[in-house]
Amino acid sequence: MDSLAIGALRRRTVLRAGAGLAAASALPFGWSHPAAAAEPAMGTWPAGSSGDTVYVGITVPRTGTYAVQGEDELKGYMLAVEHINAGDPLIRAMSPRTTKGVLGKKVAYVVADSEAKPNTAVQAQSRFISENKVILMTGSTSSAVAVALNKLAQREKVLYVAGISGSNDTTGKDCVRYGFRQCFYGQTAAAALSPVLIKNLGKNKKVAYLTPDYTYGHTVQKSMEEYLKAGGWTTVTDQVAPLGAADYSSYLLNISNSGADVLVNINFGHDAVLSIQQARQFGILGKQTLIVPYQTPFLARDVGADLMAGVYAATDFWWTIQDAYPLAKMFVASFEKKFGYKPEWGAENAYMQFALWAGAVEAAGTFYPPAVIKSYEEGRHTPSLVGDVWWRGADHQLVHPVFIVRGRKAADMKSPDDYYEVLETVPGEGVMQAPDAFGCKLGPYT
Amino acid sequence: MITWPNFVSQVFNGLASGALLALISSGLTIIYGTLGVLNLAHGAMFMLGGYAGYVAYHATGSFLLAVVVGALFMVVVGAVVERVLIRRFYDRPHEDQILLTFGIGIVIVELVRLGFGSLTLSVPPPAWAAGVTPMGFLIYPTYRIVVLAIAGVALALLYLVLYRTRLGMIVRAGIEDSGMVGMLGINIDRVFMLVFGIGAMAAGFAGIVNAPVVSLTPDLGSSILVQTFVVVVIGGVGSFPGAILGGLVAGEILSLTSMVDPAYSEVMLFVVMTLVLVLRPQGLLGVPGRA
Repeated sequence: MDSLAIGALRRRTVLRAGAGLAAASALPFGWSHPAAAAEPAMGTWPAGSSGDTVYVGITVPRTGTYAVQGEDELKGYMLAVEHINAGDPLIRAMSPRTTKGVLGKKVAYVVADSEAKPNTAVQAQSRFISENKVILMTGSTSSAVAVALNKLAQREKVLYVAGISGSNDTTGKDCVRYGFRQCFYGQTAAAALSPVLIKNLGKNKKVAYLTPDYTYGHTVQKSMEEYLKAGGWTTVTDQVAPLGAADYSSYLLNISNSGADVLVNINFGHDAVLSIQQARQFGILGKQTLIVPYQTPFLARDVGADLMAGVYAATDFWWTIQDAYPLAKMFVASFEKKFGYKPEWGAENAYMQFALWAGAVEAAGTFYPPAVIKSYEEGRHTPSLVGDVWWRGADHQLVHPVFIVRGRKAADMKSPDDYYEVLETVPGEGVMQAPDAFGCKLGPYT
Repeated sequence: MITWPNFVSQVFNGLASGALLALISSGLTIIYGTLGVLNLAHGAMFMLGGYAGYVAYHATGSFLLAVVVGALFMVVVGAVVERVLIRRFYDRPHEDQILLTFGIGIVIVELVRLGFGSLTLSVPPPAWAAGVTPMGFLIYPTYRIVVLAIAGVALALLYLVLYRTRLGMIVRAGIEDSGMVGMLGINIDRVFMLVFGIGAMAAGFAGIVNAPVVSLTPDLGSSILVQTFVVVVIGGVGSFPGAILGGLVAGEILSLTSMVDPAYSEVMLFVVMTLVLVLRPQGLLGVPGRA
């Protein structure tokens, strides 16, 4: 960046804004986007970025069935904020223009418990927008929350980068101009996982589904069904259970009596843990091969290696990929040093989202939301924890690889955290559907 | 997916889960019948019982001891709550009582969250009941059969207390006319305190027994509270046999309708409740006018 241009720009801003003099001259850089000063105020811009600190609003579930995953996600955000503010080499590898902070401003965050409920999350973020003038919102773990925050983001013109959200709707039917998703579509997981399943388990299997009753569950179920057809796999039953069900006995009995060879358990979070434990209690796991299309962070730790041995799953990240990805190695090391355990993909997703956001803002040179969005939409390739990634401009979905993992037997684990063996790394490009396949219409910039 | 083996499996499963619901609901219905107070903290007490059992289990290593200690703890909690708070609200309108018990529920849930965090905890089933029991074509977790037996015994004991003891006679008389019982020189205050303790124990006891089946979280009680209310309404408010019948009916509805479409099984519970309210507003075994 040219310091002369900044100086000129600052003078111009001051002349135009008059009253903004004190604030503007206190900034290390001032408005660096030439058009910014001419743009009308929108959302929390420019109020949210006029001080020396910018706020991001985080809503993760800290109670309820997704609490474990929410806490992990939060830690990923915390590490990313710390790295951004310190100008850590890992952030600078992903966001080359970063020095310290974002555009020289310190990043601070405010957190609320979303309870994985859309209403609670929307209320909290609305409060953050009015009270803290947040310039970025994040956090989900339930796609129902991600979809609701997408809508809030578009209405309030404040960026939203999704946390964990596997529904096809998040960047499909319910996509918005102001929303971005790092983790993959349920469809992508299904497309990457299904060939591996057919290859390893054979053709013409009978499948029972255990599906959580909301957008994520239904879209993933549909996608799995569709891709498994290629191997002649047929659905014998789809047991739809409410989110946070206390007991899966009646569903599991139906599955047990369905004659299925394979149980595809789409449940996430504690629902996945409980339903797998109960599936064992009902003698199902001995008879049916368990598949988890969208891997839940800490699932293996919580149900134990003996239950997860031989279980197939698609995941956004598993720590042992660090052997192939140097940035993943740096991430796992910093995370473990700070929090004392190996990060799972909820934390990785969170870290990636903030790093990519910092990169997009730095590249735009302004916090002005439409300029940041356009920066995202350029399709710039970025090195990341999982290799080279880029955003699709047409649906705001990050293109990155899908890792197919299989649970290790306890005897084969090289360390206490070595729950999965990475079977295949499937490049995202080939398995992602066209951006408009799920009816995505992004909506206006302003 | 209705096949004969699946039907039989689900009937049995309905019985097992219904028995537990019956046990929890009996506590709610006894409290309402005797004290006239709708205890919205009942779900929280179910949850608290589970945590009491968890603490006792990890302190002693004995499941049996955990059940006993947890149940006794809940009697004390119930009695204290009645003595300190509920008692002051008998003469107040129902709205106040509902607000009070609702508030007690929130306080209990948040205190547990403060003490134990939001993450799930588990209590393993006793070793002798850990496996599965093959029952012909049906494989059923042994511990759930044990839960069915325990709930059955507990309900039988409650029945004996209510219908075969002097205390039970007073309680049942209190349900009919507590004013008259007081005038007959019986210390109705003490009886009320005991009744609330027993009601809380029924919920807490069920919570401990159920702990190895589910896992413990502070929010555990909220969904069970709703189901419990449905059970009480179906069975007849204030009726102990009604709670048992209602619990079994609810368990069977949840299990059997899941064969047709599991997504709607919980909804069917409310459909049946609505039908009961329309056709027999006092509930299956309720007495008209009492509620």
